[in-house]
Amino acid sequence: MLNTIIQYTLYLVILILLAIPLGIYIGKVMDGEKVLLTKLVAPFEKLIYRILHIDREDDMSWKRYAACILWISGVSFVVLFIMLMLQGFLPLNPAKVKGMSWHLAFNTAISFITNTNWQAYSGETGASYFTQMIGLTVQNFVSAAVGIAVLFAVIRGFIRTKKDKIGNFFVDFTRIILYILIPMSVIVSIFIVSQGVVQNFHTYETVKLVEPITLEDGTVVTEEMVPMGPAASQIAIKQLGTNGGGFFGTNSAFPLENPTALSNLIEMLSILLIPAALCFTFGRNVKDAKQGRAIFAAMFTVLVIALISVAVSEQFGTKQLENGGSVNLSAVSQAGGNMEGKEARFGMASSNTWSVFTTAASNGSVNAMLDSYTPLGGMVLMLLMQLGEVIFGGVGCGLYGMLGFAILTVFIAGLMVGRTPEYLGKKIEPFEMKMGVLACLATPVAILIGSGIAAAIPSIVDSLNNTGAHGFSELLYTYSSAGGNNGSAFAGFAADKLFINVSLGLCMLFARFAPMLAMLAAAGSLAKKKKVAATSGTLSTSNFMFVGLLIFVILLIGALSFFPALALGPIAEHLKMIG
Amino acid sequence: MSKSIFIKSIKLFLIITIICGIIYPLIITGISQVFFKDKANGSIVEVKGVKYGSELLGQQYTGNEYMWGRIMNISTSTFSDKEGNPVMYASPSNKTPASKEYKELIANRVKKINETNPSAKEDKIPVDLVTCSGSGLDPHISVAAADYQVERIATSRNMKTDDVQKIIDKYTSSRLFGVFGEKVVNVLEVNLALDGILK
Repeated sequence: MLNTIIQYTLYLVILILLAIPLGIYIGKVMDGEKVLLTKLVAPFEKLIYRILHIDREDDMSWKRYAACILWISGVSFVVLFIMLMLQGFLPLNPAKVKGMSWHLAFNTAISFITNTNWQAYSGETGASYFTQMIGLTVQNFVSAAVGIAVLFAVIRGFIRTKKDKIGNFFVDFTRIILYILIPMSVIVSIFIVSQGVVQNFHTYETVKLVEPITLEDGTVVTEEMVPMGPAASQIAIKQLGTNGGGFFGTNSAFPLENPTALSNLIEMLSILLIPAALCFTFGRNVKDAKQGRAIFAAMFTVLVIALISVAVSEQFGTKQLENGGSVNLSAVSQAGGNMEGKEARFGMASSNTWSVFTTAASNGSVNAMLDSYTPLGGMVLMLLMQLGEVIFGGVGCGLYGMLGFAILTVFIAGLMVGRTPEYLGKKIEPFEMKMGVLACLATPVAILIGSGIAAAIPSIVDSLNNTGAHGFSELLYTYSSAGGNNGSAFAGFAADKLFINVSLGLCMLFARFAPMLAMLAAAGSLAKKKKVAATSGTLSTSNFMFVGLLIFVILLIGALSFFPALALGPIAEHLKMIG
Repeated sequence: MSKSIFIKSIKLFLIITIICGIIYPLIITGISQVFFKDKANGSIVEVKGVKYGSELLGQQYTGNEYMWGRIMNISTSTFSDKEGNPVMYASPSNKTPASKEYKELIANRVKKINETNPSAKEDKIPVDLVTCSGSGLDPHISVAAADYQVERIATSRNMKTDDVQKIIDKYTSSRLFGVFGEKVVNVLEVNLALDGILK
């Protein structure tokens, strides 16, 4: 038990220790300063600008910046959509995977361009090596870079005064990929391959079973399948870019995707590393480190509360599992607790930390099956997504979502003390407020409308793997995952159906682009304003009280939106379980 | 104006596809195949030309002479070999651990284990032995779950419990830096060693 607590603590400590220097590095990269990699990378960077005929100093208005994002996302969608349907005819397909149906391809393409990586297919049977590498891996980079780029456009909105330009999208995007995402992915890939993650182009291997299996019809099965593929290179970026889409069906629970405690440590820290670092980058780039620390503190506080709740609930397990005391759930010579859906090598600490990290960040990769979490453990994970994916959230989008909440908070606080609200020296006026509200409410709206409509459709019952309240939780989780652009699942839910594929696709699109455009518009408006000098009456946005208020506003919106739905799902299940 | 950013977006998309979708995975594959060949190719246990499984993928064992792993949800319809014969694969249960159905499932597993491990009947059954894993193909079990089976394996093989224990210890891996992850036993390696294939 002591070891488990030490593990939980160390995971958090290591995260902070790595995030601070990385935050400074990212800040330098995005300010165009010289960094360690400049000598190596700059020639490639310049070459790209030359091919594209880009002038680095040529800044864009928010509308133009947004147009670039919509174009590159649109091109990505079309290419990926066609590739997924035609993969059966494309090369690099030793497993002879067939093309996807139009609606599965629609769902998957949107899922990957929106940084969600919801997967209604299973990697080893549903995607060819060509698709995984040239289609999906590329979108893991592109969607992550788009999210980070928007964050920096928003930050410039706060920094700049009386300007109407917020940066050059092509430059931001290129630098993020070349200086941040690729170098980190290379390091992570090599580490995890050294632990046993596969990276090859071989045909799937069959191996001999120690004990053959006799089926009911008398057939004897003597072999086991070992799937292969260029997995490590994709897994590295799916962790780092808060994408989360597994190379294999069971994601990072699958031993060939996450074989050891070391690979798990690296993959797990990669989930939150960039989102956490960006808080410190934010503080650095707005030239007030305290502002970054305040945002970090708010996110970190909620993260720790969630982690403790999940850890306790899972360690206790359920009485259905304990079976009147005949099953040993203690933590002596084993991890103990609710091991259903968890891997022995990860046990409690590494599974629960991962699950909280992945739902706090909008990553969505898993190393344990969330469908088999205890009702309350699963509820906390669901709630982390429903809060709008701002507890670190997706790379870039988590923080700009949080800035939306910060705008909301200063506005509410401003009303209370009767002053014009300001944030980072910029007056927050009705336009910014409207955009902030739009950013904050997009996720709840997408989730509640999506799951509401789905729950009214009789055939949805066929998709559920569990009955009763847990069945409803599976449905709610599905739409929460899409609406939070998370991508994790209560994976018993059979999602590859026409209605579900299309409706989830639309949820993902809305939840991705509505807040993004809203925050870009707010940034465009903020950049035009002059800075107001701080006076003694200015509400501090870096002190303890503001952090508390910010958390309060986030939880308030989350609780008000989702309490009724949660009461029907996990809470009802919990009460039934103990009753 | 907007036409120019459209063309630039397409060009940038193509450049990034070449860098991130082709060059990057190929470089990683190259490095992996040179420095970590076995690991990058599935950690297959090969003895005298026979491929006895991957040390990272679990198999199902039901005989009393073998160490048992996690509960498996076997699928033989996912894959078939070149001749069309079914090949084993497995998936997680995705069951809620809070339902009545689950309670009955566990009760049945407990009953079965108690019947085949009479000597260990007074001990509680370690949770790993009655639960399905996250991948469905977990290659490991906890030390407690391994210890629980020593006597049964020794009896059905006419071995000394010490000898069984020695094999288990050999294929037990400890925590990373003594802290991270869990101390676990690799079930395939233990069973291959029991059969005298791994030495």
